[in-house]
Amino acid sequence: MTEFASQWSVPGIVRTMFPILIVLTAIELGSGLVLDTFEGTLLQYPSLLVLVPVTIGMAGNLGSILAARFSTAFHLGLLSFTATDDRLAGNAIATLALAVTLFPLVGAGAWLLQAVIGGTALPLRTVVLVALVSGSLLAVLAILVTTVTTYAAYRFELDPDDVVIPVVTNVCDVLGVVVLFGAVRVLV
Amino acid sequence: MTVREVALEAYREALPVLALSAVGGLFAGVVLGGMDAELQDVAGLLVLVPALLATRGNVYGSLGARLGSALHQGLIDPRFSFDDDRINAAVAAALANGVLISGVAAVMAVALLAMVGRPSAPLATLVAIALIAGFVSGLLLTIAVVSVVFVGYRRGLNPDTLAGPVVTTTGDVVGIATLLGATRLVLALGGG
Repeated sequence: MTEFASQWSVPGIVRTMFPILIVLTAIELGSGLVLDTFEGTLLQYPSLLVLVPVTIGMAGNLGSILAARFSTAFHLGLLSFTATDDRLAGNAIATLALAVTLFPLVGAGAWLLQAVIGGTALPLRTVVLVALVSGSLLAVLAILVTTVTTYAAYRFELDPDDVVIPVVTNVCDVLGVVVLFGAVRVLV
Repeated sequence: MTVREVALEAYREALPVLALSAVGGLFAGVVLGGMDAELQDVAGLLVLVPALLATRGNVYGSLGARLGSALHQGLIDPRFSFDDDRINAAVAAALANGVLISGVAAVMAVALLAMVGRPSAPLATLVAIALIAGFVSGLLLTIAVVSVVFVGYRRGLNPDTLAGPVVTTTGDVVGIATLLGATRLVLALGGG
């Protein structure tokens, strides 16, 4: 029962997962530090604070969905890493379209919820624009990160399911905060 | 498939899941937006937010994936009981990972803030907040993940496609709400 011992014992699961968790936590603390540096702006404009978890989450989700689709296509032998690959291009276009559809709604939602609860200091237009600009940029970055990571997994002969999804999700989380920070700096 | 077909299919498949997680994220944001007083009182708390949220996704998403695969392989039954060693081990390991990494994240955050010369609350305060939030959110997310995966499986749904969205939608809300609760508790007990 060595299979049982390693995959279904508490020390076995903790030993496998904890080192990965430490690396991912270190990466995420980097984005926490970025948040900390613009805490003043976030506290001054609570609608932007409302945007923080949803931007991080959406960035990670856009990346992880794309990564899961690339991994499956890769396992099925349907993916080639050329700019003319239909599957690569189609998924990239869908990611961008999803971001452009959802992020303005997210911005409007954040503004509306904050307006109902505590009042807002920023006009609706600004919050929607911050969300749209952050979202579009994040979609482009998610496509780049996912393509590069999937390609790296393929070159190093690693199973993309194990490697690509955690790496892409956490890197996109961090990029979510960095891009939001940039958008707030330029637009607010 | 043409580029257009691939793009349309990917768009239609992902839109509902993303929309759902956006709603969850917005509610988490509202809780975070209402936490401004605590964020000001406990310097360095905001540094922990992305790490703690990601931990919830990584740990309890992995628990969902593990249970999903085991159901597919027939290793476990979708029944709620405390006699199945595999389910007990998977849940205990997820909780251990979730609580431990929360504490480690707080220690690393304090070290990081000291290194870059930014203010931070005392180590004990941040560690206590992280451990309490880690434990309570772990319990809640375990219940959510196990329930959805088991009930979904019994109704003929694929647990692999259920666990991810459940963790991403509930994880952020539960993660921030428990962080707020833990912070208020620790501040009330005199930490900070």
